[in-house]
Amino acid sequence: MKDKIFRGLLYGACVLVLLLCAAMVYSLVSGSWQAFGQFGFFRFLFSAEWDPTAGKEEYGAWAFVTGTLYTSFLALVLCIPFSLPVALFTGEYFRKTRIASVISSIVDLLAGIPSIVYGLWGFYTLCPLMKSWGLSDQGFGVLTSSIVLAIMIIPYASSLSAEFISMVPNELKEGAYSLGATRLEVIRTVVFPVAGSGIFAGYVLALGRALGETMAVTMLIGNTIQIPRSLGDTGNTMASVIANQFGEASGLKLSSLIAIGLLLFIITAVINFLGKLIMKRQRGK
Amino acid sequence: METNTRMKKSRLVKDRIFFGAVCVLSALTAIPLVLIIWEVLKKGYRQLNWSFFTEEAPNSLEAMMAVNAGDLIPGGVANGLVGSLLMVLMAVVIAVPVGILAGIRLSEHPESRFSGVVRSVAELLQGTPSIVIGLIIYGWVVKPLGSYSGFAGGIALAMLMLPLIIRSTEETLKMLPGSLKEAGLALGASYSTVILRVLLPSAFGGLFTGILLAVSRVLGETAPLMLTALGASAIEWNIFEPMSALPLQIWEFYNDPNLSGLIWSTSLFLLLLILVLNLLAKRIARKWKI
Amino acid sequence: MTIMENMQDTTQGSPKHCILEFKDVSISYTEGKWAVKSVNAAIKERSITAIMGPSGCGKSTLLRSVNRMHELYPEIKTTGQILLDGKDVLQMNAMEVRRKAGMVFQRPNPFPTMSIYENVLAGYKLNGIKVSKAQKDEIVQKSLQDVGLWDEVKDSLMKRGSFLSGGQQQRLCIARAVALRPRILLMDEPTSALDPIATRKIEDMLLELKKEFTILIVTHNMSQAARISDDSMFMYLGELVEFSDTQTIFTNPRDKRTEEYLSGQFG
Repeated sequence: MKDKIFRGLLYGACVLVLLLCAAMVYSLVSGSWQAFGQFGFFRFLFSAEWDPTAGKEEYGAWAFVTGTLYTSFLALVLCIPFSLPVALFTGEYFRKTRIASVISSIVDLLAGIPSIVYGLWGFYTLCPLMKSWGLSDQGFGVLTSSIVLAIMIIPYASSLSAEFISMVPNELKEGAYSLGATRLEVIRTVVFPVAGSGIFAGYVLALGRALGETMAVTMLIGNTIQIPRSLGDTGNTMASVIANQFGEASGLKLSSLIAIGLLLFIITAVINFLGKLIMKRQRGK
Repeated sequence: METNTRMKKSRLVKDRIFFGAVCVLSALTAIPLVLIIWEVLKKGYRQLNWSFFTEEAPNSLEAMMAVNAGDLIPGGVANGLVGSLLMVLMAVVIAVPVGILAGIRLSEHPESRFSGVVRSVAELLQGTPSIVIGLIIYGWVVKPLGSYSGFAGGIALAMLMLPLIIRSTEETLKMLPGSLKEAGLALGASYSTVILRVLLPSAFGGLFTGILLAVSRVLGETAPLMLTALGASAIEWNIFEPMSALPLQIWEFYNDPNLSGLIWSTSLFLLLLILVLNLLAKRIARKWKI
Repeated sequence: MTIMENMQDTTQGSPKHCILEFKDVSISYTEGKWAVKSVNAAIKERSITAIMGPSGCGKSTLLRSVNRMHELYPEIKTTGQILLDGKDVLQMNAMEVRRKAGMVFQRPNPFPTMSIYENVLAGYKLNGIKVSKAQKDEIVQKSLQDVGLWDEVKDSLMKRGSFLSGGQQQRLCIARAVALRPRILLMDEPTSALDPIATRKIEDMLLELKKEFTILIVTHNMSQAARISDDSMFMYLGELVEFSDTQTIFTNPRDKRTEEYLSGQFG
């Protein structure tokens, strides 16, 4: 009897998780219904208009979608030259040594810093630098946001990559060493090909994190409603427009913000799903 | 022979260079951390005094006068501290039982289809941007209740914690030897007794570590709280009223030029809290390892 | 048919009472595939009965069916009767059966969060059986003495069992099973994870335990069966090929398969 109740509780908790998620999707969809109804899904997605003037309200997500994609992909590119060496350092060269665990704790600490503190640091330290280097007029913009985002996602990318790099079987590497290969050649010809899709999955998941980052980007991107034309340009992302414009929103504007939330949810879900899929394939091998 | 050795040399040189580059770039990765901590420490340490923890946030005017007089800004972050504690506590109370129960179920039936679905959904939840969670909780709690509230903030944090707890519970239980459960059952104990009195105590270290890490993760969350708890300038104990939190206070101070002197000390405090939680979690994980 | 005769041989020739009887027991994990096929056997009280056979012959499944631990695998089907003291365990409450049939596993598995003292009493604690402090002390001492561990741990009863050696941990696990005073002790290769010295100690201890308990032991190790068991079963592909007193099975096996296995030709 007691066991039945207990098993019921275990089952119930799982069902609750499913229900929560279903309800999330439902409320996002129903919340954005008004905006999609007014503008149509594709017009909303591909329009870069954002005009809250009463009477001729016009909202579209395109400026924010492009802003999100620009900053996130740029961050991904910027993080590779650092996260990949960290992954090789902790997963290959110094695997299971003290120095590797020190480096990975430091990188873990980077993951522990709240987004808003990154934003502050970007605002007070990085922006003036960007301005003095002439990379951006006011210091804000796509490049500044991407640099900070890149730092934020290094821990995610490097820890997953390191995991897959360290899982490469020793026998394979020894096979190459026995033929006289140097460490670099072993990494290039054995480690990368074997761990490749796992490393790739790590970067896909890191991209997923970058897409949804809010505070740091909000503080650094400039929050202008336009499609950024250059790296120094200001812009806006989906997450930051929600954070920025939510306070005074109601009616059609609120619905449009929820619609942007839904789009963001879908994009991150797809990216994360792909990442996990590749990762599971690699683990299963 | 000569070409052979020369080739070998260039290969070795390449190998050395690559190794050097890996080490240098890995070391460079630590630089942002050092810079951030240095900046927060340098600008924030002076403000960390007793009243910082016991007093509420000052208003803009008081702060301006103090700054003009060259004094430290009076007041502190007591309202944010209380709010953070209350909301994180609510999140723990909601997310931990549900997460542990679901995690047990997943580890007990790892291969079943139902578990596969639940696991994927938990992953989906974990990958959902926190601002989207904020939007949803706004619709679920803030709108029906008609007011921003600490309660809504707590639920938003609970939603963020839930997948982390499920995952850490499942991972921890998976690491226990299967014979432990068998040993309990073979003594004639009921299923629930074996889980609750044999498995969970054995997994305690891992579970507790998971909870601490989840707390440290949500402690710094700002975006979802902007849409749910909103913030408050005074200490608020009523969970159905708008409530402040440490990261929300950083945001408020950042937006008010007169108060910007307080952002560093608040950040420093928040970082210290998160650091302590992380170290504690690591220590417990090591101590309770079976 | 030979199996039935075997069984009758051993039971009739013995003055000892039979405590456990398998009657036409068959067990399948997947539809149509039998892990155990129509096993008939009777186990004598206060004796050690060894179950031998190559891996995957169903010996563990047969052992686990006695306290219905085999049911932890889903989709399992069991037919026939398993009579413990004349009552069919398949009809009883599984938890009740498990209290009457103690089990020891391949790897020592003391509960890591409990002290040695609590480990011995775990059966009482987990089943919510109330006993006085004096009784507890007595049970702990008696059970640890039964397994020859008392002198080694009496000064550290309140410590966790993790500092004990593998052999000591396994004896602690046997004490945990013995503490509930079960009708039968089921042992699933209890020494396979231990070194020869610890193994020998446990074997000697089992010979002592036999004075009070009935022991059914699965073993991979033929010489172990020869050393300690009174009766032996040989199983092959789910079938009980031969069951007789150990002396006979080792010196004069009836079935060719038994002979081949015992002479190391397969397995």
